Amino acid sequence: MHMSDGLLNAPVSVAFLVIAAAAVGFALVKARADLDDRTAPMAGLVATFIFAVQMINFPILPGASGHLLGGALAAILVGPYVGALCVTIVLVVQCLLFADGGLTALGANVTNMALIGTATGFVVAVALRKLAERGKGGLAAVAFISAFVNTLLAATGFVVEYAIGGAGGVEIGKVALLMWGMHALIGIGEGLITAVTVTSVASIRPDLVFLLRGSRKPLEVRS
Amino acid sequence: MKKFFLGFAVVSLLIAGVLSYFASSDPDGLDKTAQDTGMAAHAQQHPLAGSTFADYSLGGDSRFTGLAGVLGVLAVLGLSFGLFWLLRKKTPSTDTAD
Repeated sequence: MHMSDGLLNAPVSVAFLVIAAAAVGFALVKARADLDDRTAPMAGLVATFIFAVQMINFPILPGASGHLLGGALAAILVGPYVGALCVTIVLVVQCLLFADGGLTALGANVTNMALIGTATGFVVAVALRKLAERGKGGLAAVAFISAFVNTLLAATGFVVEYAIGGAGGVEIGKVALLMWGMHALIGIGEGLITAVTVTSVASIRPDLVFLLRGSRKPLEVRS
Repeated sequence: MKKFFLGFAVVSLLIAGVLSYFASSDPDGLDKTAQDTGMAAHAQQHPLAGSTFADYSLGGDSRFTGLAGVLGVLAVLGLSFGLFWLLRKKTPSTDTAD
């Protein structure tokens, strides 16, 4: 879902660079509270895993593919602020090292995948936390649903950006229909990958799953 | 604990280094939308399109996708681990020797 330069006009691209920079700055400040000697290495590995899995485009329709975005995955495992930073780092490396995703489009790409994806994935996951705490099946369901929603809403981010300042004057209804149709399919893949990843981590190291940690906060004991 | 982190890193390396060869090369949902609607005609080439590892290759040779993937994994690991380690709260309960 990495848009190239030129799909959005220059003022809109710059506006989203500013929005993304401000939001990432905010996340940098808020992330501190969620990072310690144990969760910092985990966050690094979550970013690394998302980069690796984003390389794997899976087919969705003849002539079209999709890949993990990773917002819900990151938010469930390391929290929304650290999660947004994880996806941002992935997008920056992809843009600068692999010329994947435009340079002026980086702000809009960060906004869609790192900010909207992570935030919506987290909101859905928290809303369903009770189900996630019920066991492996519940956690898998919550991971799937929040990942599906993060994919659709990240796609919606592009639709909105194109509506504000897209090049080529394509009818927005057509853009929305194609984006939502294909990302509903991609969202199923995103949901499956997220469910498998989160339940795998939870079965080995449940203490490293941010979403499950929240419930234990009142009982936190300082040694 | 160390084992878990090591395992996580190895899984990422295998995905980027090996599984990446089996990835679909069809355009993703956004690129396909851009192509089908004609907006792709306005897409500009990436300023770094000619760089060494552009498009997850080595000088444009996609036989080296796995190598580019491993490099990317190491770059993301280094950057993110460094950033998160610097950002972390230093809890008084843990005495780190470094």
